[in-house]
Amino acid sequence: MSKKEVRALSWKRKDLLDLDDLSAQEIELILQCALPMKEVLSRPLKKLPTLRGKSIALMFYENSTRTRTSFEIAGKILGADITNFSVAQSSVYKGESLLDTAKTLQAMNIDLVIIRHASSGASEFLAKQLRAGVINGGDGQHAHPTQALLDFFTMKERWGDFRGKKILIVGDILHSRVARSNALGLKKLGAEVVLIGPPTLLPPEMSYLGVRTSYNLDRELPGADAVMALRLQLERQQSGLFPSLREYNRLYGLTKERIAKTGKDTIVLHPGPLNRGVEISSDLADSVQSVIEEQVTNGVAVRMALIYLLMGGGTGNVVA
Amino acid sequence: MSKGIPKNRIMDADGIRRAITRISHEIVEKNKGTENLVLIGIRTRGVPLAERIQARILEFEKVKLPLGILDITLYRDDLSMIDVQPVVHETKVPFSIEGKTVILVDDVLFTGRTARAALDALIDLGRPQRIQLAVLIDRGHRELPIRADYVGKNVPTSRREIVSVCLSEIDNSEEVLLLEKAD
Repeated sequence: MSKKEVRALSWKRKDLLDLDDLSAQEIELILQCALPMKEVLSRPLKKLPTLRGKSIALMFYENSTRTRTSFEIAGKILGADITNFSVAQSSVYKGESLLDTAKTLQAMNIDLVIIRHASSGASEFLAKQLRAGVINGGDGQHAHPTQALLDFFTMKERWGDFRGKKILIVGDILHSRVARSNALGLKKLGAEVVLIGPPTLLPPEMSYLGVRTSYNLDRELPGADAVMALRLQLERQQSGLFPSLREYNRLYGLTKERIAKTGKDTIVLHPGPLNRGVEISSDLADSVQSVIEEQVTNGVAVRMALIYLLMGGGTGNVVA
Repeated sequence: MSKGIPKNRIMDADGIRRAITRISHEIVEKNKGTENLVLIGIRTRGVPLAERIQARILEFEKVKLPLGILDITLYRDDLSMIDVQPVVHETKVPFSIEGKTVILVDDVLFTGRTARAALDALIDLGRPQRIQLAVLIDRGHRELPIRADYVGKNVPTSRREIVSVCLSEIDNSEEVLLLEKAD
């Protein structure tokens, strides 16, 4: 897509809940906007006055250090004030409903709410109730749009274009909101996506996403431009979804030898945190093919772009 | 760029070329040479103007000044005041401005708000020794205490008018037009 087309689009959303309803152009616009944000991150003085006087509340009902910190840094660099609403010490603990908590924040004139919640659809529910903008920081098994966007940005930096690229997503597809958001978005951007995992973690229903699925990683590796390992939730083994970590590692664990089978300069992604020696070997995670650290840096840039766009940095032609 | 009814052509291609040449000479004269000088163009049309000044100075001083690009979108003071916001682009200043004399280049000086934002953006990149402002057109109506050090042409305008700078690198033509705002 040419730059002109992206420029002609104006951003009208107040929320980002899922990649479902975003067009390819809107995704490209966010990625384009993240580029200048990344330049700001490389400066000695990382502070902008752009969102001075605006307030953002982080409501994280699930544990997350990296996503929460990433949003917090992104908002602070843009100059907004960030309120961390820590669930354990708040009235949620006393039984307050999600809606009541949100209404309290609204009464305090918060401009943007970033929420992570164990229930799928929590962010959508909030967005319908609040005047403030809402960003979904991960909800249940449903969506994790900012993780997918930072993955796209990382790939786009390498390739420029997604058309004709083959991307494998490997692991616990069933429970992964990262896999779902990535598959939806990459398809829109024109890439070929293959979801790979053991049958118990990759039920046939996953084909509703409209991408190919496979149980055999080794057969899919040739020609892959990127391989994304998902974090294996160790508690899934206890629920009997796969027999042993060793077997999982033997069939689906990414190693340097395995990645060599692609016959290409393949990049390796992982949303973190890593289970070294389970879904990814240590030497591969620390190799030049691994873009895992870059993903973290890009996460801040992409979240800055998104916060900026949702809080008034809508776009159009340059104003005279 | 802006829509309006054309009223008057303020400058043609030759006029722009002569103004750039004069400004280039003035920059070297005022700073007694080219030592410590760097050029920074404000997106969008300040960039080709800065490139032209760089080429001129290279021609008669045999020195190629470092050239940077500044995007001031994130430093504007009207984020929530206008519906249509400009797209953010990358700032590219691949050298240190610490202790340098920065020549900031833009096409039109009007309210002074763009220049104000550019000053903030620059100072976030480092501490230059001094900053000077070069513009192709000064059209008056300042809202802030800001003035240009080098001016291609002073043009008295009314607030209802629009000054449209067209440069061949970006636009289809090479001229400066005065337009009447269309309602």
